[in-house]
Amino acid sequence: MKLVIGIVRPEQANDVLESLYNSEVNGFSVSRVQGHGGELDRVETYRGTTVKMGLSEKVRFEIAVSDAFVDPAIEALCEGGRTGEVGDGKIFVVPLERVVRIRTGETDDSAVTPVGA
Amino acid sequence: MIDTGDTAWMLVSTALVLLMTVGLGLFYAGLVRSKNTLNTFMMCIAAIAVATVTWALVGYSLAFSEGSWFIGGLDYALMNGVMFDPIDNPFFVDADGAQTIPHLVFFAFQATFCIITVALVSGAVVERMRFGAFLLFAALWSVLVYAVLAHWGFGGGWLVAGGTLDFAGGIAVEMASGFSALAAALVVGARKDYGRQAILPHNAVYVLLGAGLLWFGWFGFNGGSGFGTNNLSVLAFANTLLTPACTLLMWFLLDHLRGRRITAVGAATAIIVGCVGITPAGGFISPIWAMVLGFGVAIPCWAVVAFRPRTRVDETLDVLAAHGIAGVTGILFIGFFAQAEWNGLADGLVFGNPGQLLDQVLAVATVPVYAFVMTYLLLRLIGFLMPLRASSQEEGQGMDLIYHGEEAYATGEGAILIRPDTPIEEVLAGTKR
Repeated sequence: MKLVIGIVRPEQANDVLESLYNSEVNGFSVSRVQGHGGELDRVETYRGTTVKMGLSEKVRFEIAVSDAFVDPAIEALCEGGRTGEVGDGKIFVVPLERVVRIRTGETDDSAVTPVGA
Repeated sequence: MIDTGDTAWMLVSTALVLLMTVGLGLFYAGLVRSKNTLNTFMMCIAAIAVATVTWALVGYSLAFSEGSWFIGGLDYALMNGVMFDPIDNPFFVDADGAQTIPHLVFFAFQATFCIITVALVSGAVVERMRFGAFLLFAALWSVLVYAVLAHWGFGGGWLVAGGTLDFAGGIAVEMASGFSALAAALVVGARKDYGRQAILPHNAVYVLLGAGLLWFGWFGFNGGSGFGTNNLSVLAFANTLLTPACTLLMWFLLDHLRGRRITAVGAATAIIVGCVGITPAGGFISPIWAMVLGFGVAIPCWAVVAFRPRTRVDETLDVLAAHGIAGVTGILFIGFFAQAEWNGLADGLVFGNPGQLLDQVLAVATVPVYAFVMTYLLLRLIGFLMPLRASSQEEGQGMDLIYHGEEAYATGEGAILIRPDTPIEEVLAGTKR
């Protein structure tokens, strides 16, 4: 079991969702985050005040999957999130020690397998 | 003869109509996604800037000075002769009876109409059109389409001279903007996400507040279109209250029948539709028929709003439904229910004058065609000179950052202050704009 964390552009988030559904990866959490990953700064001006925006808006996907779904999840994130420009984001894969489904108490692989799959 | 009471009311009306364009900006801004809020609002603000200047230079003259059946002349170009005495165009002095307000006030009042009409068209192309291309479009459209149709409907052109009744702009404002919007949407093309993703209004409170400001301003728009405080203005003023209220109720019913819920964005749309419906008819029909119009105009407009998203035409903010179709309905309604007892001018079909309906049909048959064809050709021409729309990558980031370098909802988190004396080259080095 792995936790796949994908950080993508907000405007690509819908495409990522689409590719995840196509890959039958059905369980994940999504949050809006801000970060900096070496992309170029945006300059904004408000009256006399000019600023560089050091943090960019991103969307973070957290996907807990059984081993067989790690590669499909990564492929879906890449396919949906890639524009080819700096700032497309990163994917982190980390091992998962334990997973529990709260409703039933199921653990590990059966807990990350969606109901009905 | 100048009448001070009439003049005072027209000064106020002019300011009321200008506020409508800001209200429209708020209405439109609430309907788009948050990343395009400022750009959408700025298209309306830009309309104030561009159309005021073109109007003063040449648009007003082409609409309201003596000319041909098609277009006015250049007598008032550069505001020549637009002073303190009432307008001296023989069409107004003889046919309509002389005005009682200074020419300058009439000029300013009509300018605000041109401004809001240009702003209305922007609703078809928001979220993807390049800002620079829009500025050029606004300048040319305000002269080639608005001024011409204002001459037809108000300024002595063939429709108004032939007896077509249009109180406050069913021709030049509503039908012109609605059918131009359709052409603009076709030439500029759909947003990249249209039909693929759910695109929702980002702030329905703005939408309602904007609609409320529009309704408020519309009392000057219709109430000032009698050019004084005469019976026509008073009738139009009262009708501007009655019609939209009835449209709201009908829209509630239609929303409820379809979705079992009465929607806020639908209500805001209904206010606009009601105001547009009564615009051409304001001073010509009795209050009770104005209420009937309010209920009636909701039906075709609601149907077009419901149907349009099933097509590939991304006429984004439904200018065609809310203005074009409602304008057509109002213009035709006059042909049936105009009442000389109320307006002192003409009866409609129902009161024994079928000829009036023919005059009204003439406007409905020609104005949409002119607006559509001219706008289509104009945008094709501008498209040869410069790209009309942002790249799909820029569309993804949103127009606010790309064209204005600002965000509507900037948090300031992560913003690094640049000292005011830093040279611009240094600021822009290693950044994207």
